[in-house]
Amino acid sequence: MSTVKPVSRKQVPIVPYLILTASGNEKAYFQGCQCQKCGEVYLGTRAICIKCYTADKLEEIKLSSRGEVFTFTVIHQSVPWVKVPYVAGVVRLPEGPVVRASFTGIEADPEAIKVGASVEMVTEVVRQDAEGNDLVAYKFRPVAK
Amino acid sequence: MREVVVIGVGMTKFGRFPEKTILDLGREAIVDAMKDAGIDIRDVQVMYSGSQYQPNMTGQYLLKQVGMTMIPVVNVVNACATGSTAVREAYFAVASGAYDIAMAVGAEQMGKMGLLGVGESRAEVSPEGIVGTSLMPGIFAELGVRHMGQYGTRPEHFAKVAVKNHKYSVHNPRSQYRQAYSLEEVMNVRMVCWPNTLYMCCPTGDGSAAVILCSAEKAKKYTRKPIKIIASIMTTPTYTPESLGFVEIATMTRKAADEAYEKAGLGPKDLNLIELHDCFATAELLHYENLHLCEWGEGGRMIDEGRTELGGDIPVNMSGGLLSKGHPIGATGVAQICELTWQLRGETPNQERQVPNAKVGLGHVQGGFEVCTIHIVGR
Repeated sequence: MSTVKPVSRKQVPIVPYLILTASGNEKAYFQGCQCQKCGEVYLGTRAICIKCYTADKLEEIKLSSRGEVFTFTVIHQSVPWVKVPYVAGVVRLPEGPVVRASFTGIEADPEAIKVGASVEMVTEVVRQDAEGNDLVAYKFRPVAK
Repeated sequence: MREVVVIGVGMTKFGRFPEKTILDLGREAIVDAMKDAGIDIRDVQVMYSGSQYQPNMTGQYLLKQVGMTMIPVVNVVNACATGSTAVREAYFAVASGAYDIAMAVGAEQMGKMGLLGVGESRAEVSPEGIVGTSLMPGIFAELGVRHMGQYGTRPEHFAKVAVKNHKYSVHNPRSQYRQAYSLEEVMNVRMVCWPNTLYMCCPTGDGSAAVILCSAEKAKKYTRKPIKIIASIMTTPTYTPESLGFVEIATMTRKAADEAYEKAGLGPKDLNLIELHDCFATAELLHYENLHLCEWGEGGRMIDEGRTELGGDIPVNMSGGLLSKGHPIGATGVAQICELTWQLRGETPNQERQVPNAKVGLGHVQGGFEVCTIHIVGR
């Protein structure tokens, strides 16, 4: 008898500010940066702080994976590769930035979600990319009370 | 800076005209505008041509349709504010004293473009749908939902905007759609992005509009009803976490409105009518507040009280708005100036939607989420 080992695919994030960790213990997180001069926090990386207009003072930080629903909608008509209806929206992270997201774990119904609700980030493999890597996206789901 | 007036306007019907090229559409509007002004192309000294999706040099090709007069032609692109940007540039060309007569034309031939051109070839890399939405219908719906969350506005409030605009479009012979709907019909037709249903979303389409601007001192030769451009303002967003990670249009719209009212020396109560950017029904309600027509959060009450109907405090979108009239991207901002000019001249086609004794009007356009333009015109 032989066991077939699963092919271990490389994982690639669908957006650059989603950081996938190699370790099983550490969850994926959002990359951000903070201006060392004025303290403003941004999602992703940038060269110039557009709050205080200072260049080269932005340092990478890790952002929270929990936030609040800033807004949402239920989308019934979309591009050909997206299954509808689905819930799209924006999440406010405690550090300040907002991030676009789709919601998971809820019905595609306006009654299923509220502005201000607490949500947490989860990741999922969306499909394989052209090189056969796993394309990984994040979504948000309601925090269990 | 000199005073600038509108001496001629022209506009095609908006709709779907697959048999007409962009050059056919643009030429039609240009010829109509010149006829309205009583000029020919040899009187025009500079041309600003706005199209979002056409190949480069469309302006020059349009000029070739009517006369190769060697004048400067600038091609303008600014998303949905393309047309109003062309008007603004034409305004400054004359106001500065550099030119006496300028033309702004906006034209679009959108074919079967849906959802603003996101193609299948991007399926490989696009996060659209996977990571929320970056498309207009979804984002304008999200802006409406945020308003609901903050102020208790309800889907019916947004639906009433669509009922209003479709009602007036019946009397606009140039409108793409000319069908009135009841509140029930608007709310029960298929949902696009909650709470915006099909009748609460503007259509894509084809069309063109043109205006001829002239210095006030020379305008007497061309028109007995000069309509002055008394403010031409443009803004872009400010930095907030929302404007970076999502969208934020209230601040830049407010700033444009404040600057426009200041420049014109008047306030929202002095306006007789408004043509604003109702790309989606949710957008119009938010702009009532952004344009200082009411306080933050009061947009729902404003539509409930009928204050933006003909006969109300401030008629909004008597043309039928983008929702019914259509939104051929490059043409829209120019078409607003056409509408305001007809209204202020008392010559609105058809008269059922004429605002009586209109003296001051405001045109507002939102280009993507990155540019806002406001024009105030008066006589």
